[in-house]
Amino acid sequence: MTSKEALYNYCLRLGDNALILGHRLSELCSRAPFIEEDLALTNMSLDMIGRAQALLKYAGEVEGKGKSEDDIAYRRPEIKYYNNLITEQPNGDFAHTIARQLYVSAFEYYFYSDLEKSKDATLAAIASKAIKEVKYHLQHAADWTIRLGDGTEESHNRMQKAINDLWMWTGELFEMDDVENSLLQEGIAVDLIPIKALWENYIKQVLVEATLAMPDGEYMQTGSRKGIHTENLGHILSEMQYLQRAYPDAKW
Amino acid sequence: MVSCVINTDQVFNWISDIPDPEIPVISIKDLGMLRNVAYENGNYIVTITPTYTACPAMKMIEDQIKERLKENGVENVKVDLTYTPAWTTDWLSEEAKLKMKNYGIAPPQHSSCSKLFSMSETVVCPRCNSKHTEVISKFGSTACKALYKCLDCKEPFEFFKCH
Repeated sequence: MTSKEALYNYCLRLGDNALILGHRLSELCSRAPFIEEDLALTNMSLDMIGRAQALLKYAGEVEGKGKSEDDIAYRRPEIKYYNNLITEQPNGDFAHTIARQLYVSAFEYYFYSDLEKSKDATLAAIASKAIKEVKYHLQHAADWTIRLGDGTEESHNRMQKAINDLWMWTGELFEMDDVENSLLQEGIAVDLIPIKALWENYIKQVLVEATLAMPDGEYMQTGSRKGIHTENLGHILSEMQYLQRAYPDAKW
Repeated sequence: MVSCVINTDQVFNWISDIPDPEIPVISIKDLGMLRNVAYENGNYIVTITPTYTACPAMKMIEDQIKERLKENGVENVKVDLTYTPAWTTDWLSEEAKLKMKNYGIAPPQHSSCSKLFSMSETVVCPRCNSKHTEVISKFGSTACKALYKCLDCKEPFEFFKCH
């Protein structure tokens, strides 16, 4: 694997995470529990799709085959997608949507704070934009986790269930493989080992305030670094890519 | 090789008063989105930066820049998008903040928003200047705004988020 291939793959991972979670949140447009929440979830979706656009555009430039961000988003099958499995998990009830946001936003907060120092100028620039937006996402998720956890018996139980259900997808966020290690050597990628400790500490603090228990399951699901996904991604792509597959090169 | 016949400062001036599509009382220069105009290889390169990564107004602003310059006889224009330095509300002039307030949007104070848990900043009602306000939603009609209400005059209003 050349350095260029590693960087291309890294950009796809970051871009796919943003694209798939952005798409998941967009599914809630007009379906959120109330209007302010509808605005919040779709605003966050927009932030993520914007970030995906920047990252996948850069992936296309790194690859050097003249592909646009749209080519990359709409013309890859699921085995060529590298988003973390947690991002493709269904929205579930509102507690599940919030638990997913809490886990991912906390990860992104520490991740992009570090990526801002990357030697790759484009990734550092995207990170410096993303971090400002992610702060709002994380505050939103933490506020809701505390409100629901420290709320009624019903909201407490459902929030705890969501936190527990999604736990097994969090280990993958911190996996380091050859791509990450080689780019880390070059000062481009983020070292995920120290991020994991910061993340766990933060999640623990939020859960304590929310009167919720920190999950302790050790089994963690894995696969996305190799393009292995849950059945959910195929369904997402079949909807997201339908138009470009049915009418290739269609334009507005 | 075409020589640079129009000063880049002149080009900058022609486009500096293009209004922001969401807050038409403020120009793209006031907002800090218009970064630079340069002349390279026979083209005028206009550099703009988005407020938020997915700011949907960017295409419209790009089109307006090209249109405005076309009216002034300049057609060899390229609009570049940059993410660095990242846009911040610190670039809003005091004049721009006043215009925003008069338009009914509470302007951001300053960039004391860099910390993770700092949503406790006081937001002043743009209508009655009361500090007795409450957040309705941290996300508003556009990515750059939050929704508030004034507990004195009872009016809801938008707050341009500190960024």
